Amino acid sequence: MQRITRTNKTRDFHQAKWNEPIIFELHQPGEKGVELPPVNKEVALAVGDGISVIPEAMQRKGRLGLPEIGQARVLRHYVRLSQETLGSDFNVEIGQGTCTMKYIPKINELLIRDPKMMELHPLQNEETVQGMLEIFHKLDLCMREISGMDCFSFQPGSGTQALFAMASIVRKYHESRGEGDQRNEIITTIFSHPSQAATAAVKGYKIITLHPDEDGFPDIDKLKAAVSERTAGFVVANPEDTGIFNPRIKEFTDIVHQAGGLCFYDQANANGLLGITRAKEAGFDMCFFNLHKTFAAPHMCGGPATGALGVIAKLKEFLPAPIVEHRDGKYSLQYDLEQSIGKVRSFHGVAQTVLRAYAWIRALGAEGLKEVAKIAVLNNNYMYHKVLAIRGASAPYVKGHRLEQVRYSWEQMTKETGVTTEDVTRRMTDFGLHYWTSHHPYIVKQPFTLEPTESYSKEDLDEYIHALEQISKEAYENPEIVKSAPHNSTIHKMDEQDFLDHPDKWCITWRSYLKKTAVVEAAK
Amino acid sequence: MTQKVHPYIPNMVPKVQEEMLKVIGAKNIMELYSCIPDELKLKENMNIPPALTEYELRRHIEGILNKNTSTKEYLNFLGAGCWQHFIPAVCDEINQRSEFLTAYAGEPYEDHGRFHALFEYQSLVAELVDMDVVNVPTFDWGQAAATSIRMAARITGKKKVLLTKTTAPERRDIIINYGTPDLQFEFVHFDVKTGAMDLKDLKAKLTEDVAALYFENPSYLGFIEEQGPEISKLLKGNQSLMVVGVDPISLGVMAPPSHYGADIICGDLQPLGMHMNFSGGQAGFIATRDEVKFVQEFPSRLFGIVPTVKEGEYGFGDVYYDRTSFALREEGKESVGTQTALWGITAGVYLALLGPDGMYEVGQAIMQNSQYAVQRLNQIPNITGSCLNSPFFKEFVVDFNHTGLSVEELNKRLLEKKIFGGKDLSNEFPEFGQSALYCVTEVHTKEDIDHLVQSIKEVIEK
Repeated sequence: MQRITRTNKTRDFHQAKWNEPIIFELHQPGEKGVELPPVNKEVALAVGDGISVIPEAMQRKGRLGLPEIGQARVLRHYVRLSQETLGSDFNVEIGQGTCTMKYIPKINELLIRDPKMMELHPLQNEETVQGMLEIFHKLDLCMREISGMDCFSFQPGSGTQALFAMASIVRKYHESRGEGDQRNEIITTIFSHPSQAATAAVKGYKIITLHPDEDGFPDIDKLKAAVSERTAGFVVANPEDTGIFNPRIKEFTDIVHQAGGLCFYDQANANGLLGITRAKEAGFDMCFFNLHKTFAAPHMCGGPATGALGVIAKLKEFLPAPIVEHRDGKYSLQYDLEQSIGKVRSFHGVAQTVLRAYAWIRALGAEGLKEVAKIAVLNNNYMYHKVLAIRGASAPYVKGHRLEQVRYSWEQMTKETGVTTEDVTRRMTDFGLHYWTSHHPYIVKQPFTLEPTESYSKEDLDEYIHALEQISKEAYENPEIVKSAPHNSTIHKMDEQDFLDHPDKWCITWRSYLKKTAVVEAAK
Repeated sequence: MTQKVHPYIPNMVPKVQEEMLKVIGAKNIMELYSCIPDELKLKENMNIPPALTEYELRRHIEGILNKNTSTKEYLNFLGAGCWQHFIPAVCDEINQRSEFLTAYAGEPYEDHGRFHALFEYQSLVAELVDMDVVNVPTFDWGQAAATSIRMAARITGKKKVLLTKTTAPERRDIIINYGTPDLQFEFVHFDVKTGAMDLKDLKAKLTEDVAALYFENPSYLGFIEEQGPEISKLLKGNQSLMVVGVDPISLGVMAPPSHYGADIICGDLQPLGMHMNFSGGQAGFIATRDEVKFVQEFPSRLFGIVPTVKEGEYGFGDVYYDRTSFALREEGKESVGTQTALWGITAGVYLALLGPDGMYEVGQAIMQNSQYAVQRLNQIPNITGSCLNSPFFKEFVVDFNHTGLSVEELNKRLLEKKIFGGKDLSNEFPEFGQSALYCVTEVHTKEDIDHLVQSIKEVIEK
């Protein structure tokens, strides 16, 4: 036997390609995917067919157009589709900056599948869900320590919904003081998540967006000019999506408070801050954390998730109801919150994710949480140095260290080679890696945002860096390979034309596809 | 003693840290935090208990969870927005797949399967509701209704919204908070004998400025609203839209709202393959016709099918992305972000497994079992199995006013008999006095129902 030589710096990869049909094409009349529990004969005898009581106009006429498929074929179809999906269990998931893609502990997934969690109805008598309420309460206590806030609600189903809940609280708070109509502006920054501006607009606010100064910091003079008796609130991430921490944040919150506004903190970028610095000391009245980001709950293709919403004591009565209280050894649901905004999500929110976050915190302890932050920052700064050494890459704004992520730019490479950040996205797929550009608008030209988290080893980081180096090299030497990528993916480059943006051409469902393509076929 | 390396944090290894710091040109990690002023740095340690090993953690969490009693141990008749249904094992198998569980926002190339599965989910739900456009799911029914209503307001350019008084109270709270301050809400009365919408009151409130009417069918109280066609006629005459919330598991036997004039349909996917999870199984959907005026108002992502440069391959991407807040921030339609995509995939698996016959059978089984329960409850003196005398789907209002017991007391005693009784409606709907909303589905056997009836009898007679 001879030694097998493995010299590739980048991974010799090919994504699964099953070329699966659309599920409707698997239709085989008469096949069946599952059998339902039978109806007892005596029941049927007592009530008849059960459905003729439905008034005529409310009866379903005709057969549903769903496919008929045997169980094994349904399973195989979806397992194959899962294989064509690059979850974070499979790749060095550094490329989805701002989203804190970290290791998802398997023990937590095992715990949430306990029937004593999975099979609980949200309206059960409190006596029968004491364990669940205990977990909500204990996570609340941990989150208070992490943030300095006084009470948490886990009802919001994502960061966006937590932002919406905070904007709702801002409105209700000012209304309770008779200033609801007068205070109609919310101030945010351009490097904060789009949802900050979008959710505040849903609550009827005029949005004032601050652009950065030349070093990339939110501009304090612009804030001073923006605040007035119309200011309802100020919402910001810190660090922003650039990974730049605003050291003058306390001055910002002071300015807004002096103008009578509330300050709320988007802590989607909290992974480098655990045990280091908190919302309270920076002067915030509210904050939220994504349990599916910083606290290691999985992202599940985009939810279900939790935006854990914390407030200072004076805003507790505004929270969406119910919250969990602990008194005399008993846990209870408190619905009676005098100024509550009502509800943002049904019942108690996504309980599985609450359990996952609690389990993750307990697996780390106070010291471990601080290690998470420190290593996330170490990993990021290591990458930062390595990426800046790649031809054509840069990171605009202030020099020096960044926190847990960096917004980079390929502007120079695009100018010199024509290869864009979108091209890089597709080419990274060929190496078994995910890479994301950035949220719009592209203030940083040809952007990409990397967030290596604490989960990856130096070797993992090097693999990602090598892939970027390889693509830069290709861009300068053989740009076509990048522009025509992907080459090792499930599918080839899409022929988008205006298939996604023209009403006559877009097909959002299979039935719509069949109708619209029938017209085209008939015209041939 | 050197610090232990945590299994989740590989770069705690001191030698590796040294190498990395050398590359960075820093002496230690805290130097990287020089951007944070000292006065903002946390001085004390967080009061969080020390780390547990995996085994200790498992013991700790299981110890806490053991204080719960689940619907596997007790017989459950609670519904009211979260329902117990049969869940095929394949649904769990697919949504526990590590690829789907840990994927997020990948591109259509590395996450082709995620796009493909969600396009199929859209397509399968489209068959249920008989409409051509379905979104990637939103948080829950309440949010789906709230967004459907805001869409209707934008489409019509009007600000007043009518809701039936029988709208689920939780959903009503979500809708109102989401619509405030832009929209004004008014409530349409219902007939307390049947639950049906009071059309006279609807006519009176249907002023020119009404953007939409929202009602649920089957309703929160379980009854079937049969006046759909008449309601639709009234709305069309007023250039107002009809938004209908629906329980998708009813649609194998009940007409989809599109058949009686709905412009926008919304509802909760939880019955289609999601465990109750103490309310973590909720997921909302929205469906419309394929018309620009509707499509352009969706805040959600909508996945569409496209060709690739290679013949024979399906590709997928975002339809009309430039309407979203991802593209336009506050100028986009409401907001978009993480919602409940995994439950969308699961609902697709559920519908693919059940097929047309399964959806018909499950609807029929639910109706037979629930009617049987009402029939049996009616045999108990002083109880009315369903105090609304209209047909119902899986939920019904049981009238306990003549038992001399409050629902609270009765439910306490049922609990002693290992039964979760129906939801106490005395606060939400005082017009029904001491009544409870019971839910019976395909999971309840004749023995389960007989046991409930016998237990209620014993409690009342005691």
